[in-house]
Amino acid sequence: MPINVEKLRQDFPILNRKINGKALVYFDNAASSQKPKQVVEAMMNYYYNNHANVHRGAHTLSVEATQMYEEAREKVAGFLNAPSSESVIFTRNTTEAMNLFAYSWGKRYLKAGDEVIINHAEHHANVVPWHLIAQETGIKIRAIRLKDDYRLDLEHFESLLNDKTKIVSIAHMSNVLGTINPIKYFADKAHEYSALMIVDGAQAAPHLKVDVQALAADFYAISGHKMLAPTGVGAFWGKAELLRSMPPFLGGGEMIRKVTIETSTYADIPMCFEAGTPNIAEAIGLGAAVDYLNNVGMENVLEHDVKLTNYALSKLKTLKGISLYGPEGDDRGGIISFNIDGVHPHDVATALDSEGIAIRAGHHCAQPLMKALNVQSTARASFYFYNTEAEVDIFINVLEKTRDFFGDFL
Amino acid sequence: MSFLDNLYKEIILEHYKKPRNYGILSPATLSREGLNPSCGDELEIFLNIEEDRITDVSFKGEGCAISKASSSLMTVAIKGKKIDETLKLTEQFKEMIRGNEVAEELGDLSVLQGVAKLPARVKCATLSWITLEQALAEL
Repeated sequence: MPINVEKLRQDFPILNRKINGKALVYFDNAASSQKPKQVVEAMMNYYYNNHANVHRGAHTLSVEATQMYEEAREKVAGFLNAPSSESVIFTRNTTEAMNLFAYSWGKRYLKAGDEVIINHAEHHANVVPWHLIAQETGIKIRAIRLKDDYRLDLEHFESLLNDKTKIVSIAHMSNVLGTINPIKYFADKAHEYSALMIVDGAQAAPHLKVDVQALAADFYAISGHKMLAPTGVGAFWGKAELLRSMPPFLGGGEMIRKVTIETSTYADIPMCFEAGTPNIAEAIGLGAAVDYLNNVGMENVLEHDVKLTNYALSKLKTLKGISLYGPEGDDRGGIISFNIDGVHPHDVATALDSEGIAIRAGHHCAQPLMKALNVQSTARASFYFYNTEAEVDIFINVLEKTRDFFGDFL
Repeated sequence: MSFLDNLYKEIILEHYKKPRNYGILSPATLSREGLNPSCGDELEIFLNIEEDRITDVSFKGEGCAISKASSSLMTVAIKGKKIDETLKLTEQFKEMIRGNEVAEELGDLSVLQGVAKLPARVKCATLSWITLEQALAEL
């Protein structure tokens, strides 16, 4: 169902901003989305009316804060179609969730010679934690190659699978190419080898309907700030029995059952993974973001993103001197990486910013992918449901001017 | 796009297109790699030093127009200069990029003063200079 973009935009005060005298065109949503009033107000109301620490004390405010925090957990569980909310752990972001898993499960169960399969397009959040664990355990990291059409080479993946494969950890959507990866297929193959399926959902969760059960995933990580919620909160869903088999990642308050000077025992999930006072207001903000997205409808969000992406691609393809990276088809979300031939993406980003357009330039925390694409870096435009075709037209127009400005000297 | 004309002055684009002293200097007294982790750009600076004077200098690497022009203009400015003069010029360049005084000694380098208004691009302009400082600190 088409969404009423103009109406939704009114919920985002920042979209009225002028940047360098021009109306803001915010195309950096893959880095972080903007926030609707409903999310900011949910946090404000909490701080003005209900704040106290959670899960301790018997006074009214603490009970209210705990209820609101736990309601947010229920909302996130529903958003991911998790079978229970106890298996949803609040983290700071996807990066923290990936580290939590790698350290907790990885250090307990991985040993020298075991293998973890990732892919060449992974975000560093799904690469570097494995390096850290490899240094301690001697595991081997294998990476699925990309095909010429930018999709993952599934034949290569199947050739990497073997009895030593313990983990398959793949991004649901590439933060550079926009590719929506076939997680169910990866999960089924991983399970044939008794390996676990870990999903980096940082880019997918904001843009499409996630169903962790239908995906057959074992763990799924998301970042709140890319899906309308504040920074500082993310979530990590895991199968309850697997979470219960993992040692705590951080020790301290709130995560214990009993502590003596000599030893301690730990609380049940999810508390055993939430040491210390959590980001309560931010979690409540994430709950409000989930409500907002449910009202818009995730199917509608994806439909809008894909339509806008195809519109932008059809225009970009007619421009001379522009290189595009990423697959074509329905398995691509609202992310377009590109370069103006011969012009550094930082110069492109500065030129676009001078006309009010915010894009990302650089390696996008995906240096192995930059190497695979044989580029130093790329520019990236990324959309959300509040972006419009009119904004794409402005972007295309300024991009052409930028190409001509620098092109005269090439 | 007058903003662009103002920032990317002709001399910057000209040095971007045809960087001076570009390539590997071999043999070299000193070399040092510089990295801008935010964009992944890398460059390497090569120096030949006799007594207290930079007799030859070159650079090599990928970068944006601002980074490449800054490196190219730097090599032109410091070739033949004494080390203490070079360090003084480095300080003056950094002062300019911080939005402070534009010293007369900077000459052509003053075309980069527009970068002071763009915090996101300061690292592009200063990468080669910081790398130079680090190389000279090895002496």
